[in-house]
Amino acid sequence: VSGTVETAVEIRPFHVDIPDEALDDLRRRIAATNWPEKETVADQSQGVPLDMIQKLARHWMIDYDWRKCEANLNALPHFITEIDGLDIHFIHVRSQHEDALPLIVNHGWPGSIIEQLKIIDRLTDPTAHGASAADAFHVVIPSMPGYGFSGKPLSPGWGPERMGQAWGELMKRLGYSRYVAQGGDWGAFVVDQMGLQAPEGLLAIHTNMPATVPADVDKASLAGEPPPSGLSTEERRAYEQLIRTYTQVEYARMMAARPQTLYGIADSPVGLAAWLLDHNDAEGQPATAVVSALDRASSDTGELTRDEVLDNITLYWLTNTGVSASRLYWEYKGGFFNAKGVGIPVAVTVFPGEQYQAPRSWAEQAYPNLIYFNKVDRGGHFAAWEEPELFSAELRAAFRSLRDERRSS
Amino acid sequence: MSTVETATEIRPFHIEIPEEQMDDLRRRIAATRLPTKELVEDRSQGVQLATIRELARYWATDYDWRKVEAKLNALPQFTTEIDGVEIHFIHVRSTYENALPLIMTHGWPGSVIELLETVGPLTDPTAHGGEAEDAFDLVLPSVPGYGFSAEPTELGWWAGRVAQAWPELMRRLGYTRYVAQGGDVGAAITDAMGRLAPEGLIGVHTNLFVPALGGTMPTDTEQERAAAEQIAVFRATGFGYFLEMATRPQTIGYALLDSPLALAAWMLDHDTDSYYKISRAFVDGQPSGNLTRDHILDNVTLYWLTGTGASAARSYWESGQATAKSAGQAPPPMNLPFGFTTFPGEIWKTPRSWVEKAYPNVIYFNEVDEGGHFAAWEEPELFSAEIQAAFKSLRNGSS
Repeated sequence: VSGTVETAVEIRPFHVDIPDEALDDLRRRIAATNWPEKETVADQSQGVPLDMIQKLARHWMIDYDWRKCEANLNALPHFITEIDGLDIHFIHVRSQHEDALPLIVNHGWPGSIIEQLKIIDRLTDPTAHGASAADAFHVVIPSMPGYGFSGKPLSPGWGPERMGQAWGELMKRLGYSRYVAQGGDWGAFVVDQMGLQAPEGLLAIHTNMPATVPADVDKASLAGEPPPSGLSTEERRAYEQLIRTYTQVEYARMMAARPQTLYGIADSPVGLAAWLLDHNDAEGQPATAVVSALDRASSDTGELTRDEVLDNITLYWLTNTGVSASRLYWEYKGGFFNAKGVGIPVAVTVFPGEQYQAPRSWAEQAYPNLIYFNKVDRGGHFAAWEEPELFSAELRAAFRSLRDERRSS
Repeated sequence: MSTVETATEIRPFHIEIPEEQMDDLRRRIAATRLPTKELVEDRSQGVQLATIRELARYWATDYDWRKVEAKLNALPQFTTEIDGVEIHFIHVRSTYENALPLIMTHGWPGSVIELLETVGPLTDPTAHGGEAEDAFDLVLPSVPGYGFSAEPTELGWWAGRVAQAWPELMRRLGYTRYVAQGGDVGAAITDAMGRLAPEGLIGVHTNLFVPALGGTMPTDTEQERAAAEQIAVFRATGFGYFLEMATRPQTIGYALLDSPLALAAWMLDHDTDSYYKISRAFVDGQPSGNLTRDHILDNVTLYWLTGTGASAARSYWESGQATAKSAGQAPPPMNLPFGFTTFPGEIWKTPRSWVEKAYPNVIYFNEVDEGGHFAAWEEPELFSAEIQAAFKSLRNGSS
């Protein structure tokens, strides 16, 4: 037995412990921020407005407490294991219910594991949240390579394809022989790739940013051309949403072209915060759901709060992963929302604030083995973060049919 | 009455950056937190870490802003308010009586720094091996939002509005017959001036072919196809900074104002040719022409000290808005005498056929064998000779 092999597959417990100096340095840098002048418009059309970021920076520097987030994180079981040459960080919470379905949930940009914290208990302990024990999940939440506490790749190649393979290996290593996968944003790209790879044990995927756009519509929308004829009203609306989205993704084009040039998101906390905030949703850029959270000091019902937004930004800052995370855009050369040909069972939830509202007609073509499709009435691009209760209910409903099959087999 | 006088007043300008600002800059450079190294061996992921490290080291330890400050202060500088914005400009009159007045406009990520080494050859040609009859009276303004010009606080300052301000500046200086020149954003402004054809403007020269940015050009010849291909590559892989500034200047502005190295990297990541030349100047100590470490840092430091990263980026947003508004409409024709020089390192090598198609009145076209996007900066002598040659015929016809 070779010791090298054992070391490589070892799963080590992980604990978050940021030194005080790092937090002092962060506050010092925020205090020393050199600000630009105010934008010359009264709206958000030139980017994140000065008033918005200054208000957030003041709170970040004075009242925000990373240690609370750190304590929340450390209350969960964290691990690191090396896969394909890279340290992968993940949260792994097993349900008390023996028959729980193993689930791997993949975050996106500009997100992290912070996005998923509120769904963990709802999914692993459903009876505490008014749901049935039969709907319990064992939950695995990895940090993508280059993100959060995972290692930063030292060579090219870590796109969604390779991440998909790594997640298959991770689930295998955890001893899960039958499991499901979920993702939004980049996580949606990764679970689509997993669906294409169809590793042994993967029963189905759920996506909240489905890639359903037919080839002719995809081509027309990317070129900004008029839509192909014959679209239904719903498809036509989706087409218009795609056109709008493509005017709000210049940040993505920059990161796809020149991620290394963004030295400012490594050196300036406010530069990083603005860059991360300026992601759109269907209602605006920056995302309306995130902007409205900046005025929410707390929530009893799981709504997104200002401190959660800062938890995520601070995680990027403390791990210095702004640039390494943005390299994912450089790695990926494939299409955005085009149908990818996933043949395994797929479940889709369409949230109203997502980039586009995938019509059922497209979803059925894109995912011929569509086991679940639902349009919900609230939540957006950061669905798990914004609407953890609804999001969790969707996952339970989405995968229910697979459990029945499993029991009957 | 006194208001009017004040508004058109031309005031001398002198640069004096407080030492605390220089200390703060050095402190920030020293405290820079860098990302991990790029994963490739070329510029395809952006400005390379080794380049930024060496730039940072040189900037914090060897670089001396006071040298360029003295050089600028040795030139006559002024400010005057035009259309509500305080405009900074260098104004060097030639000692030769019949000198031709020339307003020359810098681009992004440039400033008047780009043009400093052309002042001698253009205003005092005999001291540089040229002829007295090729002398120019030279006006080098800072574009609103750039350098020592004020930052517009209201909307609408796209290239076309600057093109309206420059004739007013020339008029105020008493010039009734003059020519205009520009590269990069300066080419867009100069092109727009030519189309406005204000009284007194008798000819223009650019070293960036503006019409190719607005529409498709013919691809009938080998040179045309090659140029179109270069533009396609630029749009596909080199356009990220452009799109970001044209849509979200405020968002990127936070990093550019707060981190000196963020600003330097953003400014270095222009075109491939100039990036590698600048990178070699730092990493290998081998500058290309006048693109030395000190000159590169003079320009970056000017942006830093004036805090103009966001306001300069906003000029792209303004041009984006103007382009969107005029979508589908052809710009007014340019009937003025037009000169163009193709420099080999430019983003695309503009063929004569394109120039003749876009500008009906071409009085000069030349392809030279040295220099790139920052032609005036990199090859000031060659560049100055081109400007002299381009406008020679207009002088002969002047009397």
